[in-house]
Amino acid sequence: MTLLQIAAEAENPLVPPLPELVIGLVAFFIVFGFLGKVLLPRINKVLEQRHEAIEGGMEKAEAAQAEAEATLEQYRQQLAEARHEANRLRQEAQEQGAALIAEMRSEGQRQREEIIAAGHAQIEADRKQAALALRQDVGKLATELAAKLVGESLEEHARQSRVIDRFLDELEEKAEATR
Amino acid sequence: MSADPQMLAFETNCHIFSGCGFPSPGLNSFIFKPLFTVGGFHFNKPMLLAVLSTIVVVGFFWAAFAKPKVLPGKLQMVGEAGYDFVRRGVVHETMGRKEGEKFVPLMVSLFFFIWIMNLWAIIPIAQFPVTSIIAFPAGLAAIVWLTWVTLTFKRHGFVGAVKSFCGYQKGLGAVAFLVFPLEFLSNLIIRPFTHTVRLFANMFAGHLLLLIFTVGAWYTLNGIGIAYSAVAFVMVVVLTLFELFIQALQAYVFVVLASDYVRGAIAGH
Repeated sequence: MTLLQIAAEAENPLVPPLPELVIGLVAFFIVFGFLGKVLLPRINKVLEQRHEAIEGGMEKAEAAQAEAEATLEQYRQQLAEARHEANRLRQEAQEQGAALIAEMRSEGQRQREEIIAAGHAQIEADRKQAALALRQDVGKLATELAAKLVGESLEEHARQSRVIDRFLDELEEKAEATR
Repeated sequence: MSADPQMLAFETNCHIFSGCGFPSPGLNSFIFKPLFTVGGFHFNKPMLLAVLSTIVVVGFFWAAFAKPKVLPGKLQMVGEAGYDFVRRGVVHETMGRKEGEKFVPLMVSLFFFIWIMNLWAIIPIAQFPVTSIIAFPAGLAAIVWLTWVTLTFKRHGFVGAVKSFCGYQKGLGAVAFLVFPLEFLSNLIIRPFTHTVRLFANMFAGHLLLLIFTVGAWYTLNGIGIAYSAVAFVMVVVLTLFELFIQALQAYVFVVLASDYVRGAIAGH
C-alpha cells in the first residue's frame, strides 16, 4: 500500500474533516456576527438617512415649485385685475371726459345764447329809447316848426291832442309797410 | 515520484529529461502538514486561510462601514456597491424586499466569506482555495439548510412543513407514493449535498487545473521541453483569469441558491 493510497483512504475529499468544519463555522460566524450585528445595521441607517435626505430634498423642491407656481398664479391674477381696473378707470375717465365736454359745450351754448339774448335786449332797449327820444324830438321840432308857421304856441294843445303822436305812428306804419 | 502526501507538488525539484517522473498533482495536493499543533488539534494552511478570510472580510467592512457617512468616501462607496449587489441583486430579487430583508446579513456574509476563501487560490504564497476542502462549504451549506428547515417548520407548522418537504399537492393521487419519497430525499438530503459539492468541486477542479499547468510548466523547463513549458505557462495565466471569474461566480451561485431555498420556506405551498 503506497502512501498515496493511505492518504486517499484517510482523507476522502468528500468526507468533511471535523477540525476544518469547526474552524470554518467559527470563522463564518465571526464574519456573520460582525456584519449582521454591527456593520450592516450601521450602513442601513446611513442608507436610510441618505434616502430620506434625497426624498426630503425632492419634497422640499416640489413644495418650493408649488409655491412659486401659486405665487405666479397670484401675480397673474393681480395683474389681470389691475389691467381690468385700469381699463375700467380709463373708460370711466373717457365717459366722464365726454360728459364734461358735452356739459361745457351746452354751457357755452347757453352762455352764448344768453349773451346774444342780452345783446338783442340791449339793442331793443336802445332802439326803443332812441325811438322814444326821436319821437319826442321830432314832435318837439314839428311843434316848434308848426308854431313858427302858425305863429302861436301850439305846444300845449298839440301835446294834449296827440296829433303829433298819431302822425308819427302813421309814419312808422308806413315805414314798416314799405320795408 | 512524489508520492509523499505531506509534500506540495511544487517542492519537488525535478525536471523532464533528468530521469524523474512527472510529479502529478492529485489528492495529495489537498493535504497539508499541520503548521502547528495545540493539544492534538492540528492547525493547517486551509484553516489559516479561513481565519485570514474572516479577518479580510471583517477588516474591509469595518474600514468601509464602521463610521458610515451620508456622503460616502471611496471605501464606503465600494462597500456599498458590494452590499447592494447581494442585497438587491440577490436577496430582494429572489425573496422580495419585505421578506428578504431579514436574511440580507446572512447572504452578504456568505457571499463575501466564500468569495475571499475562493480568492486565495490565485493569491501568491496562499495559492489555495479554502473551499476546495469540503468541510468549509459543507459547514456553510449546513447553515443554509438549517435556516431553511427551521423557517419551514416555523411558517407552516409540523404538518405543513412535512407536506412542504414531500412536495405535497392536491390531486397527486397515486403518484404521491412516488413523489413523496423522491421529493423528501431531494429536498432534505440531496439538496444540501449538491449545494456543498457544487462549490467544493468547482474550486477543487480549478485548483487541480492550475496545479497541473504550474507543475507542468516547472517540470518541462529543461532542454527542448522549454517550448512545452511556455505553453503551460500561458495556460497558467489564462486559467488564473478564468479562476478569478469562477471564484466570484461560484460565490454568487451559492448565495443565489441559498436565497432560493430560504424563499421556498417563505413562499411554501
